[in-house]
Order: sequence, then structure tokens, then C-alpha cells
Amino acid sequence: MRQFIVFAKKEFYHIFRDKRTLLILFGMPIVQIVLFGFAITNEIKNAEIAVLDQSGDYYSTRLVQKLQAGSYFKVDKMLQSAKAIDAAFREGHIKMAVVIPPKFSDAFFHLKKAQVQLLADAGDPNTATTLINYARSIIGSYQQELNGPQQLPLTINTTVRMQYNSALKSVFLFVPGVMTLILLLVSAMMTSITIAREKELGTMEILLVSPLPPPLIVVGKVVPYIALSFINALVILGMGVWLFGMPIRGSIALLLLECALFVLTSLALGILISTVTDKQQTAMMASMMGLLMPTTLLSGFIFPIESMPWPLQWLSNLMPAKWFIIILKDIMLKGSGLREVWPQSLVLCGMTLLFVVISIRKFKIRLG
Amino acid sequence: MRTIYFILQKEFLQIFRNKGMLRIILLIPIIQLLVLANAANYEVKNLAIDVVDHDHSAWSLRLVNKLVASGYFKLHRQTFNEKAAFEDLQLDKADIVLMIPRHFERDLVREDKASLQLLVNAINGSKAGLANGYANTIIRSFNANIRAEWLALDKRNAPASIEVTYSNWFNTRLDYKVFMVPGIIVVLVTMIGAFLSGMNIVKEKEIGTIEQLNVTPIRKHHFILGKLIPFWILALFEMALGLLIGKLVFHLPMAGSLWLVFLFAAVYLWVMLGMGLLISTFTETQQQAMFIAWFFVIIFILMSGLFTPVENMPHWAQVITWFNPIAYFVKVIRMVLLKGSGWVNIQLYLLIMLVYALVMNGIAIWNYRKTT
Repeated sequence: MRQFIVFAKKEFYHIFRDKRTLLILFGMPIVQIVLFGFAITNEIKNAEIAVLDQSGDYYSTRLVQKLQAGSYFKVDKMLQSAKAIDAAFREGHIKMAVVIPPKFSDAFFHLKKAQVQLLADAGDPNTATTLINYARSIIGSYQQELNGPQQLPLTINTTVRMQYNSALKSVFLFVPGVMTLILLLVSAMMTSITIAREKELGTMEILLVSPLPPPLIVVGKVVPYIALSFINALVILGMGVWLFGMPIRGSIALLLLECALFVLTSLALGILISTVTDKQQTAMMASMMGLLMPTTLLSGFIFPIESMPWPLQWLSNLMPAKWFIIILKDIMLKGSGLREVWPQSLVLCGMTLLFVVISIRKFKIRLG
Repeated sequence: MRTIYFILQKEFLQIFRNKGMLRIILLIPIIQLLVLANAANYEVKNLAIDVVDHDHSAWSLRLVNKLVASGYFKLHRQTFNEKAAFEDLQLDKADIVLMIPRHFERDLVREDKASLQLLVNAINGSKAGLANGYANTIIRSFNANIRAEWLALDKRNAPASIEVTYSNWFNTRLDYKVFMVPGIIVVLVTMIGAFLSGMNIVKEKEIGTIEQLNVTPIRKHHFILGKLIPFWILALFEMALGLLIGKLVFHLPMAGSLWLVFLFAAVYLWVMLGMGLLISTFTETQQQAMFIAWFFVIIFILMSGLFTPVENMPHWAQVITWFNPIAYFVKVIRMVLLKGSGWVNIQLYLLIMLVYALVMNGIAIWNYRKTT
């Protein structure tokens, strides 16, 4: 036991002496969560549009004003001819063009039917669909306004209640994802590199011939990182609460336990990566390429898992991040307790155990 | 010139000897492109809906059928028990709950109005918005239908309406893959540029072989060019590979000129290589270099407009993206490939990249010392 403590102490010295890395380890997550928490959002604001108003009468001008009135659209340019639309799109600023054909008010008041055409840049399909929906609802309410108040027969009123997130803040969606991603990457990368480093520099050999049994070497290397990662998790959690107004509706103790569990899972993953690589570069690229993109894309962090083809939905189950995001959201936003999140917690436990077992079996006591 | 040639030879030998690395460089990106392009999709279908129908009239049944037939909703549970429906919402088994009150049909006929209630699980704000939008559109059209049937409304007496038609340009099928593939290619190319180049030099520092190189008559710029060019070539090759896969597998449209894309990539890569070089000049260990490169690359990627549009960000964050090379490349590659933007449209961005590349490499070379 004493040997083990001495060894863990050595690791702490390693970490604390390298001030630059330490600064990065703690500074990085803070900067990232601030940036991403604010910047990653699907809420569309001030989308730039072009307008081709061929009527130019009072009512068509007011329609354009209506479109601009909310925070959704900003008219970037008024076009003069249909030919200019294509060029405007190619410049790359505008997301949608609104075309109002000639004699708008005449058509509306006399023919009882006026037309408006929306052309969206579907290069980004999601934004295109959302913009068209917004524009249609604005035009719809404008139409009602023009018709004046009149009670239509057989009207269905729909009241909508947005549960758990009444303001539809996308912060609530993305902050748990950002927290998970950063925690996973930092923890997994740190451990995988630190072990690969000893191998690459040749000091692993010295450790292996020491009287310390190999599993203890690995544990000793990881212990400091458990502490560091857990502190990181606390910082990230704190920022989520105080900076982004994430509620903690469930039990804090449970939340912290789950954080600790996820830190362990990430570290175990890092150990696994380090046992199959023997160069820092390879370990780094494996953590980066193998974790960053798959985690962002497959964990449900940005893209809904339900929309994926089924093989990918299945694959997403292998992402530890997916489970932790669900746990975070359940405890923080819904106030769920262990009764609701035990399956996800069990999955994380299972994964951790699996990573550790594979690592132990793969761990080579002899080099070369 | 001959010196550079020999350094290049050495570097390529080193790269191709490290089989594990080679696998990561070549195989993982291809797999990622094939798999991940499919994952990125915002389109929401098959939302699970719970229906609490206390009315059970002809009209309420018709409404439910209409919702399910739309393809957007999948009936998860039909019940009289509101508690069970709430529970489903809580456990994420249902995304949306529709409550139809008792006497829905009767109220509609007698009092000319009736109300429905929708409960949406809004933790995923954008998904909830879409679900709400779909449901409301369907209910509105249902409303219009029954009204027309009931009153056999005369068209001329109907209130005036604005007919909105819309079309989706540049990607008529709303295929999300076409949007994502160029972006993922950018990320793959970037990783090679920013990481490998910088780490490569730091590795020589850490192992100590840089001393041996420093005592040779190799000039500073020879050394740097020799270190960067292999990764420049490798990254361009990877981009070609990515575009080929995009074309063959995902039917990526190539509306504009491919030369333009490659020209931009060639300049862009010097920015990323310069960044890697710069990082390598003020770090001592690979670990430090990697963490710093990682820090910047993640910020660059997530704030590039690759996943979420730059326009949605708050103003201060948009200002930060002016300094984000990945944002420029993502924008340009999409403009050229999807919309067919030409030289005129991208020359400003190319110029910015050029300045960026010169500044990055300038500082890096100035900061690089042959002596320790």
C-alpha cells in the first residue's frame, strides 16, 4: 500500500510540475463551455432574407415589415428582378428569398386570393424548413389581421404546453451535451496519453520492473486523473447551473454520483485506448478521431437519435456519452430519481467494467 | 532544393512506416464519412404520441387517424388515463400528448368552438418546436376540412387568403447528407493539417532527435517546408478521397468548379499547418502540443457552422468566427459544391485565408529557433 501511495504521489508531481498542461486542463473546459453554451444553438435569429416585391403597394410593403418585425428575419437586400435571386443566393448571405407577385392587394381584396412565394436555400435543409415554417405562420397571422376580427364557425383552439422547458431554450438541450463531451474527451485523452507517454519515452519499462504489480501501476497513474476529472466535472456542472441557468430538479447527491461514474467510464476508456497504442500520437489521434466526431454526432448531443437510420441508432447505444446525457437531462431538468435513471447508470457501470476487463487482458507486461 | 527533397523522403518514410498511424490517417476518416454523414439529420419523423381521447366521437377518431397517417407521428398509447400519459412523457416514451376533452364534437357543433390540449416534451427545444408545428398544421387542416364539410362553404363567401407556395433550392429533396458531407470532409482534412504537422516537430524535440537535425546544415525554411509539405500532400489526397466517396456514395452535387475547392483547400491547409507549427514552437512535449491543438480545433469545429448555423450565434460569437479558418472553409466548400458559387463570390474569403496563412507561418518561422 505504501508503495502505491508513493507511486500515486509521483503522478501528482508529474501533473503539478507541468504548469502549462495543468493550465490547459482546467482552463480549456471553462472556455469551451462558455463558448459552446452560448454559441451552439438552433434558435434562428435574424436570418438574412432577400425580398423581390413586384407589387410595391401598401399591403405588400406591410407584409415585408411584418416579416421583419419579429426577431426571425432581417431583410438583407431588396431585389429588382427575378434574375437577381440566383446571384443573391450564390453570394452566400441570404437564406431565403420572398417573392411577392404584382398586384398583391388587388388580388387579395378582389380575387380573394393573393400569392406569396418563398424560396429557401435548402443547402441547409433544417434551417430551410424552419424558416419556411416561421414565414408561413407570420404570413398567416397577417392574413387574419387583414380579414379583421370575425368568428369563424367550428373553430378548434389548441393550447400547447411545453413541458420541462417552457421557453424552448436550446441551452437546456446543448449544455448537458457540451458538459458530457468535454468531460469525456478530457478524461479519456489525459489517461490515454499519460500511459502512452511512459511507453514512448521508455520509462514504462522501469515501472514494470519495479516491485509494484502492473494493475497497481495503471491504477496509480489513473488516481490523480480521477481527482482532476472530478474537479473538472464539478466546475462544468457549476457553470451549467450558474451561467446557463440549468436547474437541478433532482437530488444533487445522485447527480454527483453519476458524474463520478461517468468520469470512471471515461478514464477506463482512456486506459483501453492506451493499452492498444504505444505512441502518444496514435493515442491522441485515436481519442480525437475515434471519440470527438462519433460522440458529437451519435450521442444525441446535436442530432436527434430518432432520425437516424436504425443501424446508427443501434450504434449510438455504444456511446457512453449518450447514456450520460440522458442521465443529466433526467436528473437536472425532469427531477428524476434513481428509479428512472437506473438502467442508464447500469449501462455505464457495465461499460466501465468491460473497458477495465479488456484493458487488463490486453495489458502487456513485457514490452517489444 | 535537394535538401528539401531528402527531408521529404525521410518524412514520408517515417509516416509510412508507422502502420498504426497510417490506419488512423486513412481508414478512420473514410469510415467516419460513411457512417457519420448518415447520423447528421434533423428531420424528425415518427414522434411518439400519446392520445387521451375522452370524447371518442367520429371527429376525434378522425383527427387521431389524420395525425398518425401524416407519417410524423406514431401512436404510442391510446388511453383514458391521463396519469399514464404524463408518465410516458416523463420517461421519454412519448414526445407529445394530445388531450381531447369530453364533448369535443358536441361543443364544436353547438358552441362553434372546442379546445384541444397538446403537451410537448420540450427539453429538446428544436424538436419540440417541430413537433408542435407539425401537430398544429395537421389540426388546422383538419379544422378547415370539417368546417368545409359542415357548412359546404361557398368559396366566394370565404375570407380572403394569402396562398404561400415555397420551393427548396439547391437541395430539392432536403437531403441532409448533402449538407453534412462537405463539412465532415473539412474536419478530416483539418485534423491532419493541424495535429500531425505540429506533433511531428514536437516529437523530434521530445525524443531529442531535433538536436541532430539542428546540427546539420539544413536551413530553417528547408526544415519547416520539409516537415509541412508531406502533411499538405496527405491532406489534399484525403480531401480528394473524401470528395470521391461523397460523389459515389452520397451523390454529392458538384455545382461549382472543383478546382476552386482544391485551390481554397491548398491555401487553407497552410493556415492549419502554420497553426500546428506555431504550437510546436512554444511547447516542449507532445502532450502539451496536443492539448493546445485540441483546444483550438474543437472550438474551431463546433463554432464553424458545421453543425449549427453561424447566423444563430449571438453577435460576439459571430465576431469570433471571423477568426475561425474552419468556418471559412466550411462556408466556401458548401457554397461552391451546392450552389455553384464562382470565383467572384469566394475571392474575398480566399484573400482572408491567404493573409491568415502568411501571418501564422510568419510568426511560426520567426519564433522557431534552431538553437536551444
